Amino acid sequence: MNNPQLDTDGRLRHLLSIEGLPKKILNQILDTAESFVGVAEREVKKVPLLRGKTVCNLFFENSTRTRTTFEIAAKRLSADVISLNVNTSSQSKGETILDTVDNLIAMHADMFVVRHNQSGAAHFIAKHVPSHIHVINAGDGRHSHPTQGLLDMFTIRKYKADLHNLRVAIVGDVLHSRVARSEIHALTTLGVPEVRVIAPKTLLPAQVDKLGVHVFHDMKAGLKDVDVVMMLRLQNERMNGAMLPSTQEYFKTYGLTQEKLSYAKPDAIVLHPGPMNRGVEIDSTVADGAQSVILPQVTYGIAVRMAVMAMLAGGSGQVQGGQA
Amino acid sequence: MTSTNIKLPNAEDLLKTLAQQLKPLLQNNTALVGIQSGGVWLMQRLLVLLAKEIAENAVEHGILDVSFYRDDYEQRGLKAENRPSQIPFEVENKHIILIDDVFYTGRTTRAAMNELFDYGRPASITLVALVNRGGRELPIAPQITTADIALDATQNLQLIQNTDGTLSLTLQSSSGKSQA
Repeated sequence: MNNPQLDTDGRLRHLLSIEGLPKKILNQILDTAESFVGVAEREVKKVPLLRGKTVCNLFFENSTRTRTTFEIAAKRLSADVISLNVNTSSQSKGETILDTVDNLIAMHADMFVVRHNQSGAAHFIAKHVPSHIHVINAGDGRHSHPTQGLLDMFTIRKYKADLHNLRVAIVGDVLHSRVARSEIHALTTLGVPEVRVIAPKTLLPAQVDKLGVHVFHDMKAGLKDVDVVMMLRLQNERMNGAMLPSTQEYFKTYGLTQEKLSYAKPDAIVLHPGPMNRGVEIDSTVADGAQSVILPQVTYGIAVRMAVMAMLAGGSGQVQGGQA
Repeated sequence: MTSTNIKLPNAEDLLKTLAQQLKPLLQNNTALVGIQSGGVWLMQRLLVLLAKEIAENAVEHGILDVSFYRDDYEQRGLKAENRPSQIPFEVENKHIILIDDVFYTGRTTRAAMNELFDYGRPASITLVALVNRGGRELPIAPQITTADIALDATQNLQLIQNTDGTLSLTLQSSSGKSQA
């Protein structure tokens, strides 16, 4: 089966999921992001790569952080950006997704950043658009959130030099989490030897061990000697029925406190994709503590999204003349 | 093809000549900026060859990777290996000596100048290239160069860094033959 994310030369054409992308591409995105970090520290925080291009943020589901960082990333690449909250626009009048997309293409959009509560929405749009248009998945249902997975990898790389000897634990609501899926695929593709998930049985997908992870139900055993703790948000809004006794009970067993964090290595770092439920999956002393890299994740998220957009938008054809 | 008959100069000799030519330019408020990758190799060697003058005048230095400013991005895209630019000094009002290995079309220089101006407004920029191979496509030319070698578009002149750190020039024609 051909991979819709890559063109025939193996170059990135859409970013839809981490699954199916080779290690080489993931590393290229992370290395390119490294070059974009410095851009934010200059007098002029912009480079001209996407000058004249129009990026459409198409958000069928709410988001503050992801939409804002995509918007900043596109603007720092000199693109024009339109952000649409589609649940407040034509969709509520009955327009289909593809009609919305076609209308934006008629307005000469060059790139779509798509967030949707249905898994596969970004794939669906990517299959529909003409070849010069690029699609980035900014989160689809429970399926995938590739730029979050990538920015987490970038953050880990910044604090832990070598990914090849790390022990990483992903903690919490794996069942509803597209972030967890993207993280697991990214970690295993990049060669992290030991990936653990820690969660109650009710918050784990049926065959999670098939993804190459070690499953724990107990924080003490699961966090023992890990280098990286990746917390997940408890997604109450996606839960129907009684999956948990109460959030207080959840915090007691799975909430990351300083005490539970002490089972990990002393120099372990703590990540969280946001938004945080303080006092539910993470205690404030940990979230704001010395081992937390939660705010650097947000900063690095911009550089990673710039890298993805810059890799997608360039390289459409043959160049005339010399290059030196 | 004429390429096989061209006698290439010794890059190490050219480097010494370049160092002598640069000496009078190293004054207060000057900075050296090497363009990846050949320009950076040259700059690193110059930092040693001109250590005394550089220390006396507190000359600073930095590195540019112009990938994000190239005019062929639309066609070629980003190359797989791009490295962060590092300009660890104030560009504002600085006299910049911009160092490249081979001057050809002038497009890299344009990209480098555009990038430098995003760090600040330099007092001046002086372009230095080890070799001018002819073929410029823009009204840009190096003020200092140590060799002129006229080449046609099928030929590719490159500076390479040997394992012992020394530099040499190689010429490749599009037929694939190379000559050291």
